[in-house]
Amino acid sequence: MTDLAEMRRFLSQYDGPKMRIMEICGSHTASIAKNGIKEILSPAIQLISGPGCPVCVTPTAYVDRAIALAKRPDTCLVTFGDLLRVPGSSESLSAAKGMGASVEMVYAPADVVTFAKKEPDKQFVFAAIGFETTIPVYALLMEELLREEITNVKLLTACKTMPGAVSFLLENGADLQGFLAPGHVCTVTGSDAFAPLAKKYGIPFAVAGFEGEELLAALYGLLHMQGKGMVKNFYPSVVTAEGNPKAKELIERFFEPSDAAWRGLGIIPGSGLCLRAAYASFDAGSRDLTEDNQQNQACRCGQVLTGKLAPTDCPLFGKVCTPLTPQGACMVSEEGSCHTAMRYQ
Amino acid sequence: MCVAYPGTVIKVQPHTATVDFSGNRVEARTGLVDVAVGDRVLVHAGCILQKVSENEAAELEALMEEVKADA
Repeated sequence: MTDLAEMRRFLSQYDGPKMRIMEICGSHTASIAKNGIKEILSPAIQLISGPGCPVCVTPTAYVDRAIALAKRPDTCLVTFGDLLRVPGSSESLSAAKGMGASVEMVYAPADVVTFAKKEPDKQFVFAAIGFETTIPVYALLMEELLREEITNVKLLTACKTMPGAVSFLLENGADLQGFLAPGHVCTVTGSDAFAPLAKKYGIPFAVAGFEGEELLAALYGLLHMQGKGMVKNFYPSVVTAEGNPKAKELIERFFEPSDAAWRGLGIIPGSGLCLRAAYASFDAGSRDLTEDNQQNQACRCGQVLTGKLAPTDCPLFGKVCTPLTPQGACMVSEEGSCHTAMRYQ
Repeated sequence: MCVAYPGTVIKVQPHTATVDFSGNRVEARTGLVDVAVGDRVLVHAGCILQKVSENEAAELEALMEEVKADA
C-alpha cells in the first residue's frame, strides 16, 4: 500500500539524479501553488510551469481583432472572463468595454445561442480560445448552431493542441526529465496522445488530476519512471487511454489542423485547429492572427512560458507588473505562472 | 482555463442534463457523453466532458505497484 505519507516522505527525501518536471497545464500550476507542493519537494526535484494556459499563449493580434470586432456597431463579442483583461497592443477587451465596445462574458459558450435568438439582427462573435478540453465544447456549439439554423453567430478561434507545444519544447532542447500531463486535456484526447512524444524523446509523462493528493501521486509515479519513454495515467477516474471518442469525432467533423501562433513560442506548424473550409461562414477571420506586439517590451512572458525563466526573474515582476497592473498575459490570467507566483509567494 | 468540476446528473432532457453540484443545479450540454440520472460526471464550460469512474482508488493502487515494480 502506497499511502500519502509514504509519497510525501519519498518526494521530500529524494536524492537521486536531478528531475526538472514541467507541469504543462495552467490549472496544475495553480493547484501546485495552492497546495504548497513545491515547498515539500526535495531540492533535486524542480517544477517548471509550461505553456498550458490558453489565455497566456494567445498573441496580441488575436486580442486586437477581438477588440476591433467588439467596436463594430452591429457586433457583440462574447467570451470567457479569463480573456477580458489580457493586454492587446494598445488596450484590453475590458478597457474597450469601458469605452462602450460591446463585450459579454459567459461561463458556457452555448449561452451565445440564447443571445443570438433574442437579438437576431445582431452579429455575435464568440472568442473561442482553448486547448483540447474546450475545443469539443466549441464543436458542440457548432452542431447546435446548425441544428437551430442560427446564422448570426461566428467563432474567432485560437484553438491549440498541447502535444504540439510539448513537441516544440523538446525539439528545442528543453532541459526536462518528465512531464505532468494535463488531466482534463487527456479526458478528451486520451493519455495515448502523449505516447509518441514519450517514446521519441525517452521521457516519462504522468497524467495528473488537480487535487493535491493526485498531483503528489503523479509526481511519485514520475520519479519511478525516470528515463523511460512512457505515459502512465494517474487520473483514471476520468481519463482513459483513448479519451472521449464522441468528443474527438466532433472535433474532427468541424475542425482541421492549422499552424498556430503561441505567445512567446512563435508559430508552431500544425499545433492549432481552425474551422474546416465547409464552415467558413462561421469563421470571424481566425487564420492570420499571428503578430505578438506586447505593450511593454521588457515583459518576459515568452521565456516564462517556455520554462527558461522563473516569474521572479522577470525585471517587471512585482514592480510595474502586478495582478492589478498586468503587463503580460502570465500576470493577467489567474492560472498564469506570474499571477500564481505573485499570489502565493 | 481547463477547470472542470464533478457533479451528479439528476435529470436528463434532449441535448442537456441538470447536474447537481452540492446543491447548485446547472444545465449542461450532453452531446459529448451519453448520461443517465445518477451518473457522476465532469463538467467544463457548461458541457459534460466525461463520466467519473468510481474505481479510482483501486486503479491508482494497482498503478503504484506497477511503477514501483518497474523502477
